[in-house]
Amino acid sequence: MMSAADSILQIRDLVTAFDTDAGRMTAVDGVSFDVPRGKTLGIVGESGCGKSVTAFSITRLLPQPHGKILSGSILFEGQELTTMPLEQLRRIRGNDISMIFQEPMTALNPVQTVGKQLAEAILLHTQCSKSEVLVRSIDMMKKVRIPAPEQRLNEYPHQLSGGMRQRIMIAMALINTPKLLIADEPTTALDVTVQAQILALIADLQKEMGMSVVLITHDLGVIAEVCDEVVVMYAGRVVERAPVHELFAHPRHAYTRGLLDSIPKLDSKPKTKLKAIPGNVPGIADFKPGCRFAERAGQAHTAEQLNTRPAFVEVSANHWVENCPICAA
Amino acid sequence: MSLLKIQNLKQHFPVRGGVLMRAVAQCKAVDGVSLELGTGETLGLVGESGCGKTTLGKAIVRLLNPTEGKIEFQGTDITHSSMGALRPMRRHMQMIFQDPAESLNPRHTVRDILEEPFIVQGIGTRDERKKWVAELLDKVGLSTSAAERFPFEFSGGQRQRIGIARAIALKPKLIVCDEPVSALDVSVQSQVLNLLLDLQREMGLSYLFIAHGLSVVKHMSDRVAVMYLGKIVELAPAEELYHRPLHAYTKALLDAIPIPDPSKRRERRLLSGDVPSPINPPEGCAFGHRMKNPRWESSVGMDLTLKEVSPGHWVQPCPCCTE
Repeated sequence: MMSAADSILQIRDLVTAFDTDAGRMTAVDGVSFDVPRGKTLGIVGESGCGKSVTAFSITRLLPQPHGKILSGSILFEGQELTTMPLEQLRRIRGNDISMIFQEPMTALNPVQTVGKQLAEAILLHTQCSKSEVLVRSIDMMKKVRIPAPEQRLNEYPHQLSGGMRQRIMIAMALINTPKLLIADEPTTALDVTVQAQILALIADLQKEMGMSVVLITHDLGVIAEVCDEVVVMYAGRVVERAPVHELFAHPRHAYTRGLLDSIPKLDSKPKTKLKAIPGNVPGIADFKPGCRFAERAGQAHTAEQLNTRPAFVEVSANHWVENCPICAA
Repeated sequence: MSLLKIQNLKQHFPVRGGVLMRAVAQCKAVDGVSLELGTGETLGLVGESGCGKTTLGKAIVRLLNPTEGKIEFQGTDITHSSMGALRPMRRHMQMIFQDPAESLNPRHTVRDILEEPFIVQGIGTRDERKKWVAELLDKVGLSTSAAERFPFEFSGGQRQRIGIARAIALKPKLIVCDEPVSALDVSVQSQVLNLLLDLQREMGLSYLFIAHGLSVVKHMSDRVAVMYLGKIVELAPAEELYHRPLHAYTKALLDAIPIPDPSKRRERRLLSGDVPSPINPPEGCAFGHRMKNPRWESSVGMDLTLKEVSPGHWVQPCPCCTE
């Protein structure tokens, strides 16, 4: 793994669980990765793989009182986030670390104007005059390329299109020039054309402001377009981690290969069968101690492989894989 | 003879306002669309949200009352047929919806959901229906025990399988698939797409396949129609459209697709802005307004009906968008 100097965020053996009526459900089970400074790290996997729970663990925005970080460490610029007092964490959240959520309509307050919500984001972290807030808000809205920003400040979220709303979310997240941006499926609810705009915008602003980005998505196409490093998650664990070119050229885990194969390619022959991964992601209550991809891998696992967790090993420079003898062949 | 033929179909909705709620404007959701669909064929329909894809789909199966134009299904004009006259036709045209969680009644068991089409059409005895439900479940890859369970007990992909089972229950000829996989995960998405391909081969179904992702549409379709602001701007065989797009909007849609190969990163021609409102649509060619250097003036007053430029490849002859 990288040294602390190259990475802005280091996650080690993170375990996050939810207490439910049916008992304790471990949604994130021993996840480790580093976010390289100034680069984009993508987290990919299907719904129910623990991507969002990992993101919410970093900012400690897990649903309360059920969600808990049980063990592990999250170091942000050398500071331990998991045990930090909330007072102190609030100064980091929205300031040094910002988040963008999937559905901008539910993440924005419907009864407050866009301007008021932007002002709140500024005033929570800095003391400045009304006119200064206005200047900074308009400046930021220009940066995310919202036309006629002065007028938009007085509008409500419902008056904006989906793409515009997501731009407002990005403006709010970036207004305090964060060092780390966590974007949780920022383009899933948007059209492909708008998705391309938003991804280009995030990449431009990243270059300009020098921030690091964690991009969570289920779309390997998006990963290929914008990420430098990739973490593949399955059923609460990281099954593979590699630089983006390495991952697409030499996928090692059966799950990564399955994901890559199941995308319809533009140059494939129409109306032919697509390769699919059989079955579904297991429910959180059915997570096995051993290889969790076993039942979808198409090859029988031994009892031992089902009951002992495979080691996470480095197979080539910076390319790590969960070393199940069957799935990581 | 084609299975479905629509000519110059228009679906306008009144926008009401003022104290008396009079119609103050028209929302031209579908504005003059002509299409044909043959037996066993899949016609893809792509475009961004708000361009009228879903409205067109609903108008075709007559869930709406079209404003103008003509819909012919198996040679019968159904444009203005009454609900009673439509009922026997309905068994031949079905719909699969985007969000299976919202299109299945949460208080009905899967058996209730799948038996309903037979009951509405008055087909079969109780025992026969029971047998058919079991056959349907088997056909879409669900176990027979699923019949006694409720929709919430299933995952997204399985729910969409139930939606598909309901659509094929009456052995229809045409199924309008409205974004059938956009709510699903990639790996499950390909399972459902494979199922749709199998059923088409087995039952000789025709699909109108609506989606906003060009890669999925291209994979499923024989021909693809690209829709923008209520109008078809380009229509061509799937391969042809991908290799030789003519309209600037088609090119922009193709360019926006993220390519799952990091070695093929490229500078993309990005579209700016959103689809304009279909209430008071802009003058002339609608897409010309959205290009980097808007050059729509030359198209004002022009006849923009589709022209066939090579066999089966139709495009709007707008000078600013087709170079």
